[in-house]
Amino acid sequence: MNARDAILARVRTALRDVPRDETPADVEVPRLTAPVVPDPVGLFAERVADYKATVVRCTPAELPDRLAEALDGVGRLLVPTDLPPDLHPAGPELVADTHLPVTALDALDGVLTTARLGIAETGTIVLDHGPGQGRRAATLVPDLHVCVVRTDQVVGGVSDAVAALDPHRPQTWISGPSATSDIELDRVEGVHGPRTLHVLLVG
Amino acid sequence: MTVGLMVTCINDALFPDTGRAVVTLLRRLGVDVDFPAAQTCCGQPMVNTGYLDEAVPLLRNHLEAFAGYEAVVVPSGSCAGSVRHQHRLVAQRSGDPGLVRAVEQAPPAYELTEYLVDVLDVVDVGAYFPHLVTYHPTCHSLRMLGVGDRPRRLLEAVRGLRLVELPAASECCGFGGTFAVKNADTSVAMGSDKARHVRETQAEVLVAGDNSCLMHIGGLLSRERSGVRVMHLAEILASTEAVIDEPARPTAGSAAASAEASRTDGPPRAPRPAGAIR
Amino acid sequence: MSELARESSTRRSARSAEPAPRASARGATFLGTPPFPTAAKAALADTQLRRNLAHATGTIRGKRAAVVAEVDNWEELRLAGAALKDRTLRHLDTYLTQLETALTKAGATVHWAGDAAEANRIVVDIARAHDTDEVVKVKSMATVEIGLNEALADAGITAWETDLAELIVQLGDDLPSHILVPAIHRNRSEVREIFLREMGRAGKPAPADLTDEPARLAAAAREHLREKFLRAKVAVSGANFAVAETGTLAVVESEGNGRMCLTLPEVLISVVGIEKLVPTWEDLDVFLQLLPRSSTGERMNPYTSMWTGVTPGDGPQEVHVVLLDNGRTDVLADEVGRQALRCIRCSACLNVCPVYERTGGHSYGSVYPGPIGAILTPMLRGVGHDEQVDSLPYASSLCGACFEVCPVRIDIPEVLVHLRSQVVDAHRGRPSLQGAAMKAASWMFGRSARTAAAEKLSGLGSRVLDRTVRRRAPGGRRALGSLPWPVSAWSDARDTPVPPPESFRAWWSRTDGGRR
Repeated sequence: MNARDAILARVRTALRDVPRDETPADVEVPRLTAPVVPDPVGLFAERVADYKATVVRCTPAELPDRLAEALDGVGRLLVPTDLPPDLHPAGPELVADTHLPVTALDALDGVLTTARLGIAETGTIVLDHGPGQGRRAATLVPDLHVCVVRTDQVVGGVSDAVAALDPHRPQTWISGPSATSDIELDRVEGVHGPRTLHVLLVG
Repeated sequence: MTVGLMVTCINDALFPDTGRAVVTLLRRLGVDVDFPAAQTCCGQPMVNTGYLDEAVPLLRNHLEAFAGYEAVVVPSGSCAGSVRHQHRLVAQRSGDPGLVRAVEQAPPAYELTEYLVDVLDVVDVGAYFPHLVTYHPTCHSLRMLGVGDRPRRLLEAVRGLRLVELPAASECCGFGGTFAVKNADTSVAMGSDKARHVRETQAEVLVAGDNSCLMHIGGLLSRERSGVRVMHLAEILASTEAVIDEPARPTAGSAAASAEASRTDGPPRAPRPAGAIR
Repeated sequence: MSELARESSTRRSARSAEPAPRASARGATFLGTPPFPTAAKAALADTQLRRNLAHATGTIRGKRAAVVAEVDNWEELRLAGAALKDRTLRHLDTYLTQLETALTKAGATVHWAGDAAEANRIVVDIARAHDTDEVVKVKSMATVEIGLNEALADAGITAWETDLAELIVQLGDDLPSHILVPAIHRNRSEVREIFLREMGRAGKPAPADLTDEPARLAAAAREHLREKFLRAKVAVSGANFAVAETGTLAVVESEGNGRMCLTLPEVLISVVGIEKLVPTWEDLDVFLQLLPRSSTGERMNPYTSMWTGVTPGDGPQEVHVVLLDNGRTDVLADEVGRQALRCIRCSACLNVCPVYERTGGHSYGSVYPGPIGAILTPMLRGVGHDEQVDSLPYASSLCGACFEVCPVRIDIPEVLVHLRSQVVDAHRGRPSLQGAAMKAASWMFGRSARTAAAEKLSGLGSRVLDRTVRRRAPGGRRALGSLPWPVSAWSDARDTPVPPPESFRAWWSRTDGGRR
């Protein structure tokens, strides 16, 4: 018997006590009360900032100025090839991510992307690496991540996010800059991922 | 209605004053309390050490002793927890369906504070105890039974009693039944931290609802010559203004204060509980 | 190689064609850990360890309590988490085959491993096929359990641990002592010393002016590991969750080392315990709320990566998933103990455990320490044939703090008591002091007349002691000091009240319940 069949046989033997006619749906799972989030956008801004990320709210008209401020001092900026042109900032030299080798990504100063959605309750930005969001490595290797989130992309809780997302797409859920609690269980920001996360909340 | 007092084996053999205090207290509140003499031990020490077969005769004895009572009152969170949560397990182990049924039909068992607050609906039991007291919520009363703030409400209603918060109160004292000897070093390490927190409060008396835990913490406090005494909650709730002097022949298990145990450095005077009933 | 891995390989070698792997040449191993009480005694004497653990667990307990308190429906989430895991476990065969189908469809290769040896061989073979002498690793309990690093080392392949705590453990040739933070037993100054001493031997050295500031230490790890991330061809991970319906795997982490491993190399191998499954994508909702708040005390961990097989043009283009049994089906077969497989490895039970806080993780002699380890290890390895394993279910005062915080409501005290009865039953027929004492107590408490007679004897003794013992405990009661063996286990540190001359039973009978 191969390992697969052996394991499945052991599982079935172990579950002798489960009635044969029981279906997964017979194991009842209590339904959750949806949390009420009165001001998702405000809460999102507050909770992202709690992680020691920078959060700046602005109108679409103000965005170019806020972008320029966020990217002040950045020399070479990685941008996804499909980043909407109206988001292209003045100032830094823009480097399009045409499948650059990772060592090239490592030589850049920052990356600018959009997001798929934001979760208010947890201060989380979700990328599903669709248009404007870049491939997964793009928002990982450079040390600065500037992310533009529209206020109409902010959902209340984790449940809302899971319901809206497509599991067949790769996803990266980002809650603040990279951090660790591995030394004395005390959180410090800045390990392997971007040490600076700058969120522009537009709307 | 008559309630059966399940005094518990440890109180019966080592802390009879606690049992007497429960009798005094319940009678004062108008409860007809009886002590079914056939009772022995609920079997918790065996169950918690893994000796389920050895607990079966104790369970049979317990069920026979308490059959017919309307309720069972237990001055121990741990033993009440054993009756409510472990007896079914022991009965199932016995393979005797009659025993399983008997467990299901047994009278309800209440930890003392549950009986006072939930069944009798009293918080002020008319007690007087003018001392600085700190309260340790024992694990089984806190987490297995969920007695919540009942002990605290009862203590707060005691006249003269000043209750001081115990740091890290909900943390286990390290007794744990046979854990105290099977893992003696860990048990003592936990108990020493508990004793340290007790001393930090400057309380004269440490009170709890389980004499087993108190024997452990009190044993450490005594070894440290800390000058803090331990008392079961029932003994405080039984105390009144009517000071009754120490009996002519003090029992070794006497709860009466002794001059030898006076604190010389602590606040007020040495605890001399009023109205400890002999 | 860990003792657990060795044991499982040995135990299951009948099922496995290959001989058990050799123990690693490297030093650190749980093999030879004495039974818990002995190991704990040594740990309790380590004042640095006691201080490090009290500080770290105290910090995390406070953070967890705060973020749990702000979730109104926390109890609902716990109930849902437990129910979803029960649903999965009760129909695990269905969900495993469903996962296999979904993964295969998404371009992943699925492997099945009955034990540690099989899993290690699969990973080694894949790495060899890519002609690499190194892999980067995301922290994974399953791979520590099977002793993967040692198996890779035996095959001439170096496994670089990239989680900060795992890096500290690996560089210090140490053993993990916590599920979430394997180096919890180390404080910042110890970490600094390890980095200064060892980083240079494994790659880029630590800066000479390294301080013990956690931010500086984290920066040193970033510098040290970056070159390894950028050049690695093969990565090894575990998974926090595997969605049966879609084939989606999830890794929940903080530092970004997980993202590095899951994204940059060409080949990704994920070793996934068969209990990691959840039925549907929507079910992740519950677990992504329960896990971060329970483990690091955060509303959400910094990074969660989810991937479904291969994504063309993004991330590894060759994805392997190794489904691991290694004793899990034995746990599944135990109807009481089965609930331990709900565990999502958050480590909240370790952080609240008063025993763990004082003894540390190494005392448990297993990669799974603390309350969950005290139930999981004996079930994975079986009781009755190893004194150390048999001591684990007793490494608890049954205080219940673990059950109270468990996000999937594993009743750890219930399982501990259940396993204690298994240990006792496995030893029945062999003489022991404890067994004799329990039998005697059972006889004495079987009839109240016997109990009364014993109390009468104790009362007689009390009258003698009352005349001879001078010592009094606060409150005036006479107390005994140190007593000889076997009572010394109690009395070495605690005074004992002298028994009363009259039991409650005798008083009641003499006074008609106080009425005479």
